Amino acid sequence: MTIDLPVIWYLLIGFAVAMYVMMDGFSLGVGILFPFVRGDEQRDVMMNTVAPVWDGNQTWMILGGAGLYGAFPLAYAVILPAMYLPLILMLLALIFRGIAFEFRFKSNRSRKWFDLAFSGGAMVATFSQGVVLGGIINGLAVSERAYQGGSFDWFSPFALFTGLALMAGYALLGAGWLIMKTEGDLQKRFYQFSRPLTLLLVASMIIISVWTPLSNGRIAERWFTFPNIVWFAPVPILVALLSWSIWHGVTHGHERRLFFKVLGLFFLGLSGLVISFFPLIIPPDITLWDASSARASQTFLIVGYVVLVPLVLAYTAYSYYVFRGKVRAGEGYH
Amino acid sequence: MLGFDALDLARFQFAFTVSFHILFPAFSIGLASYLTVLEGLRLKTGNEIYHNLYRFWVRIFAVVFGLGVVSGVVMAYEFGTNWSGFAERAGDITGVLLTYEVLTAFFMEAGFLGIMLFGEGRVSKKLHFTATCLVAVGTLISMTWILMSNSWMQTPAGYEVIDGRFEPANWLEIMFNPSFPYRIVHMGLAAFISVGFFVGGVGAYHLLRNRRDPAARKMFSMAMWAIMVALPVQIIAGDMHGLNTLEHQPAKVAAMEGHWENEPGQKGMPLLLFALPSMDDGANRLELAVPYASSLILTHTLDGQIQGLKDWPRDEWPNVPLVFWSFRIMVGLGMLMLGMGIVGLFLRWKGQLYEARWFQRITLFTAPVGFIALLAGWVTTEAGRQPWVVYGMLRTADAVSSHGVASMITTLIGFMVVYAIIFGIGIYYMLKLLKSEPMNMVPAGGPGHERQPKRPMSAADNSFEEQN
Repeated sequence: MTIDLPVIWYLLIGFAVAMYVMMDGFSLGVGILFPFVRGDEQRDVMMNTVAPVWDGNQTWMILGGAGLYGAFPLAYAVILPAMYLPLILMLLALIFRGIAFEFRFKSNRSRKWFDLAFSGGAMVATFSQGVVLGGIINGLAVSERAYQGGSFDWFSPFALFTGLALMAGYALLGAGWLIMKTEGDLQKRFYQFSRPLTLLLVASMIIISVWTPLSNGRIAERWFTFPNIVWFAPVPILVALLSWSIWHGVTHGHERRLFFKVLGLFFLGLSGLVISFFPLIIPPDITLWDASSARASQTFLIVGYVVLVPLVLAYTAYSYYVFRGKVRAGEGYH
Repeated sequence: MLGFDALDLARFQFAFTVSFHILFPAFSIGLASYLTVLEGLRLKTGNEIYHNLYRFWVRIFAVVFGLGVVSGVVMAYEFGTNWSGFAERAGDITGVLLTYEVLTAFFMEAGFLGIMLFGEGRVSKKLHFTATCLVAVGTLISMTWILMSNSWMQTPAGYEVIDGRFEPANWLEIMFNPSFPYRIVHMGLAAFISVGFFVGGVGAYHLLRNRRDPAARKMFSMAMWAIMVALPVQIIAGDMHGLNTLEHQPAKVAAMEGHWENEPGQKGMPLLLFALPSMDDGANRLELAVPYASSLILTHTLDGQIQGLKDWPRDEWPNVPLVFWSFRIMVGLGMLMLGMGIVGLFLRWKGQLYEARWFQRITLFTAPVGFIALLAGWVTTEAGRQPWVVYGMLRTADAVSSHGVASMITTLIGFMVVYAIIFGIGIYYMLKLLKSEPMNMVPAGGPGHERQPKRPMSAADNSFEEQN
């Protein structure tokens, strides 16, 4: 039996993307919640909770992109030009987000501009990522191993909806993170945000789960035929249980659990996407085997990936450990 | 826009974003190694001057590294968004090399940068020195992978073409392709020299303010030594790189030389100091030449000849004036830098290095010339590779994504505006930092101080505005 290397690579890249979504998700979420919290000192605390880790988090996005380039060059060469405008918008927004991180603490008079760069950058970047996701789900026009659609093919009600949905999702992740990292009145604010955001996120997940099978027969067939329906039933059931648990947990003051439950929701959401589309890598037709690079490429690269990624995870965990605990006003590390 | 088509705009967009980006990694490569030397000397001698200099330059490093990170993320995506034909056909090779860069360099730099910038007082001196070394090694590893990839595009090797796509046949031949050894030496030295000149210029600035400042004297002196050691080696390395290019990319060398054809009976090739090459005429106007010099440089004989541009069809010519002039700018600035190094050595011999204010003023004004030469060199080699993206194998026109002109103009304006803003803020802030006195870098950091690892630019914790 030979190892199905492309499938392994599909999972490895999925892992990098999931790491990015979960880790930069809460960093961007903090930016999305920024305008809803007043006061320089409060905002300092919010920013300081993610300051030590945000650029490490963002490196996962580069790994996801570069990995796609090396392991599935066709997918990289089709998805990126198809999503040209939202992707460039996302990159520019991420520049502002990153720059704001560095310069906000060094400014006085222009601080409000860096506040805007931080939260505006986070919102635009998140919305663009959601649009990209929705655009890929909608499917891309490919022939002769190249994208054949127009500059605005991604523009659809569904993609705009996934853009907004991702903003709600990241905001909830951010709220969960901030509940863990703050205390007192500030923490109370994020408890207050949690329930409305949970409602928004769960409603979005339901709408997407109904919308996609309705518009795509293949996805309906994947989920709703026997025996698949039995195998995949745990996904929606777990989503329901987790959502219920988040809703009720808010009043119980378990300040760490909320964040990890939301991470669980994200994991389930991503699993749902994999179930809907596997083995497609570019809907509606291109499979991961079609898009694979040469076996010699995937073999050469997997050696480095398998050795180095655990090492990266180890020192990432260490840096989270170093900066564990609450962040308080005035003790900022900026 | 002004008669440009989408291909021109795509090329211009890439040239703009990559030129902006390369300045910062080049700066990081040179500065990380300089910081390693400073910290090593401090540990060995215990001299506090080195400690002050380390703290002075590590703040600049933080800003430069941060700008390199944000502009680099764009590059990692631009291969796909703008050059999907290239990504699809060559991703099996270049995508793999880029992923190795992320895995071996980006994460490692991010991991140890925190300790380097903020770890003083939290970890032992030796561990801190190790972190600085690892960040410096990370910048060099990063350079290695990306130059492997670029060199492979210049002198492809170790591949086989299957269904129009480049697939790896021999990874060692891909990685150590014919131009890679020359390119990495040439680029590495260029980064060191650029930073040497920059450090020298900053040292000169502080000497002009206070010629007794021991830290200013030290950095000025170190920079002058570094330049005197590196520049002669660089000139030899550049010459060898040129001969390597002549072997593998002769049309590029013909464009660099403005050499159109070998006339019958002509003996030897002159070196053109000045000329206005015209691609329409296939000739130069207003030539100012040194007889036989080009033959001597390129063939190491007096009457040797190389192929002229007319040996290739017109649609395989690069943009001759661009290649011709960018090459002359690089070489000219290289000669200027060598001249300044020699003058510096002479002044040192006369005991006037710290006294000659005219020389310090020149050094201050020429602080950025290394970076300009570096950019000019990249223009020469990249524009000289045209019309190919993978030399001789894949045309740039076949590599570009099929975006419309309107999309390309929109994103180009977006990049120009955003880069102008962040470059403006970055430079403004860096100049503020460079003005602080190098001998007054009070050792700080450690628990309770306003510092936090893993945010590159935050090592520089000065406010860049006056307090209200």
